[in-house]
Amino acid sequence: MKAWNRFKNSYVLYSFKRDPIAIASFSVLSVLVVICVLAPVVAPYNTYDTATFDIMDAETPPSWMAEGSETFMLGTDIQGRDLLSTMIYGLRVSLLIGCGAVLVQAFIGILVGLFSGYFGGKLDSFLMRVTDIQFSIPYLIVAIFTSAIFKLAFGVGRYAELAVPLLIVIIGVSHWPIYARTVRASVLGEKNKEYVEAARVIGISRWQIMFRHILPNTLTSVLVISTIQVAENVMSEAALSFLGLGMPITKPSLGSLIRSGFEYIFSGSWWITFFPGILLVIFLLVILLLGDWLRDVLNPKLYKG
Amino acid sequence: MSHLLEVIDLEVKFALRFGELTAINGVSFTLDKGERLGIVGESGAGKSVTGFAIINLLSKPGYISGGKILFEGRELNRLPEEEMRKIRGNSIGMIFQDPMMTLNPVLTISTQMVETVLAHQNISKADAMDLALEKLKKVHIPSPAKRLHQYPHECSGGMRQRIVVAIALLTNPSLIIADEPSTALDVTIQAEIMDLLLELCETEDMGLILITHDLAVVSQVTEKIAVMYAGKIVETGTTEAVVHDPKHPYTQGLIKALPGSLQPGARLNQIPGMMPTLTDIPAGCAFHPRCTISDTVCQMEVPALISIDDYDRMAACHMVEKSFP
Amino acid sequence: MFAFILRRIIQAIFVMLVISLVGFSIQHQIGDPVRDLVGERVTPAEREVIRDQLGLNDPFYIQYFRFIKNACKGDLGLSFFYKKPALEVIVSKAPATIELVIVTAIILILVSIPSGIYAAIYPKSWFSRLVMAASTIGVAIPVFLTAIALIYLFGVELNWLPSYGRGETVNIWGWESGFFTWDGLKHLVLPSISLSSIMLPLFIRLVRAEMMEVLETEYIKFAWAKGLHRQRVWFIHAFKNTLLPVITVFGVQLGILFAFTILTETVFQWQGMGFMFLEAVERSDTSLLVAYLVVVGVIFVVVNTIVDIVYGYVNPMVRIVGTK
Repeated sequence: MKAWNRFKNSYVLYSFKRDPIAIASFSVLSVLVVICVLAPVVAPYNTYDTATFDIMDAETPPSWMAEGSETFMLGTDIQGRDLLSTMIYGLRVSLLIGCGAVLVQAFIGILVGLFSGYFGGKLDSFLMRVTDIQFSIPYLIVAIFTSAIFKLAFGVGRYAELAVPLLIVIIGVSHWPIYARTVRASVLGEKNKEYVEAARVIGISRWQIMFRHILPNTLTSVLVISTIQVAENVMSEAALSFLGLGMPITKPSLGSLIRSGFEYIFSGSWWITFFPGILLVIFLLVILLLGDWLRDVLNPKLYKG
Repeated sequence: MSHLLEVIDLEVKFALRFGELTAINGVSFTLDKGERLGIVGESGAGKSVTGFAIINLLSKPGYISGGKILFEGRELNRLPEEEMRKIRGNSIGMIFQDPMMTLNPVLTISTQMVETVLAHQNISKADAMDLALEKLKKVHIPSPAKRLHQYPHECSGGMRQRIVVAIALLTNPSLIIADEPSTALDVTIQAEIMDLLLELCETEDMGLILITHDLAVVSQVTEKIAVMYAGKIVETGTTEAVVHDPKHPYTQGLIKALPGSLQPGARLNQIPGMMPTLTDIPAGCAFHPRCTISDTVCQMEVPALISIDDYDRMAACHMVEKSFP
Repeated sequence: MFAFILRRIIQAIFVMLVISLVGFSIQHQIGDPVRDLVGERVTPAEREVIRDQLGLNDPFYIQYFRFIKNACKGDLGLSFFYKKPALEVIVSKAPATIELVIVTAIILILVSIPSGIYAAIYPKSWFSRLVMAASTIGVAIPVFLTAIALIYLFGVELNWLPSYGRGETVNIWGWESGFFTWDGLKHLVLPSISLSSIMLPLFIRLVRAEMMEVLETEYIKFAWAKGLHRQRVWFIHAFKNTLLPVITVFGVQLGILFAFTILTETVFQWQGMGFMFLEAVERSDTSLLVAYLVVVGVIFVVVNTIVDIVYGYVNPMVRIVGTK
């Protein structure tokens, strides 16, 4: 209750109420996330259950078109699945991978940043050199190369089976440097402050100082980064799936759905590509807008890359 | 006879997101041909803003919100941009504070000089080059022909300020506005630059507005002084009179703070407190919280700038007003 | 200066060694050179003999040194699918990718510099707002969607431009070029626009930010005070100073564009290195994949090093000016 009151009077809420873009983005995002979480309830069909769809229904246009069918509002995909349901399940997979990868990234990045900033010296320069090199290559490129290597190592069949956890790991290891840099920068800022000095004097161990005292001070930055990071991870996932390095078509994410539909736009079945594409762009856009807004409001000292 | 420059009741505001700030609040002064005026005050008093307002080059979001600026009979703040451009760098030359930052690092000195001439005069490039060379000689730069083809980073700070002065001289302006021209330089070079400015003003019969926080510098160069505090002029007069017989407590404080006014070994005086920022200028006389002789009236009423003995000698202080009924 | 160059070159060599170690580990762990050489129909006993002959039973570090030695000689192994040296395959695919990258770079420069500068000079005009809004939205549109939209619009609906392949090419001293035929040029339009859309938002924002920063400097204020015409202040005084940091970023990004072709070449069936890379993954052609990684890594490192050294040459001057 106290926390709620504090939130009610906070600057964050005040500027949120005054920013129509933030409100709109937040509303759209909330709706999408709720739909994803409740997919089994909300979606008209369970697209993972092969019994619910029929190849004879393949490429049915959206319901308002001449050859459309009332049963499939946005039409069907190339396998005869209800497109709307497939999209909902697809977004669910994308979101799961995006959030899972953020956890991996934050874990690696915070650890590297903490150690680098707190211990300094040779360890710091080594870790930062590694971070810099990876930072200079776009995360999408790293993700493509990593997934290609994983796909070769696991073989096509096994890769498709383990796609979700593998993609979380792949995207996770390909996009952590920004966390490391930001956390390191704030650790360097906090390290020499008096309260840390004081904690050291009264004999609190290094680990406790690092995790109990310094780490909480970096969390604002971590939060802001994570918002944008989710969008970038979903983008990576979509790109990988589009290239055939991600989710298999049996459990499609938005990216693999677009990949499968792409071949059919020449024959006129535009909706299989169009609707998932629009959904993906809207989803990415609202997260990015929210992230920008959050960065402006909380204004943490982010490491600009 | 009409003045070279007449600033009447100038007002400058900054339009910020949360409202407007008044940076200059009713500043008036005059300058005759060949006359030298020093504008003195702490940083933030509005000296530089006054200088930039004259040539209509206030950085955003600043703008002139009131008053008149008359230069050679023309009202500068009403001129269209193209007419104003023809005056800038032509009849009014500017000298900036930090010569390290004033010259463009990627252009040669000759380029930066010649372009100034060509922007205002219809002559050939070769003639402009000759003119540049002539002016470099005039500011006593050794081997000027060599300097012309160098980049700014190849010259020392003092040298660069001489080049900036030479650029200001190129078009034989009738007025030079020098904004802290020596502040960023070493002490010995400061003196050289001030001597050079004084010499040039006398030989070329140029008007000079010297903007500085350094009373000592002003007293060596200018004939008149205007002391500014929190966007207003608080005292004006001949340099002689203001330096030797300051009326306003603020000016008195400034002069007491000069090292030269003391016996060796004595402690330097300082004015207690800080100049207010534009967001919280005190009511009444802006100086009253720091003033040693302030009264209740100072907290209530803004003192007017009034003549105290002749036209040019003015001060804005209730206490001075009392002694000159 | 010499020490600086030396340091950068040593750094570059270090990075290349790391790349080669990664590449070698992949080949060592995943690849199967025996299969690459003789195919899959050999008995286990025969395999063992061949493995011994190839030195595949030697210790890791000896094999790694051999890998580096061969790589320096240009031997990056055999492509299982093409039955040719991997480097040869890559070289044959390179012209398509290089031409795509060149056209993309031209588009990037021609679009981002004028619009970035305009947005910096008139930040409040409707065009600037439009450009900034477009670049915000542009970030949220994955490149493959841009590509598909372009194909659908110009290839399928309007039927103005070809949407796959390179079209007619001319062979000039072994270089298959699409620059010299009308058909080849037409085929370049959509892929290069798509590829440039990846970096366009970034570049426009960069040019705008740099230019705005320069416009705030003292020397620009002084240029105004000299009474120069605005064109001169903007395009001679401000633009020249904007260019330096912009060129640096452009240079580095150019190296990265090569890798980004993976995303566009697939959509447009563009027979270049990126397309080849994905094919290699599909066909489990490990040697070709490793060779690709090494080649792209080398392009990236070389471009980076050259840009750094060039910038190092120009920068001391700026640094001296920038400090007191």
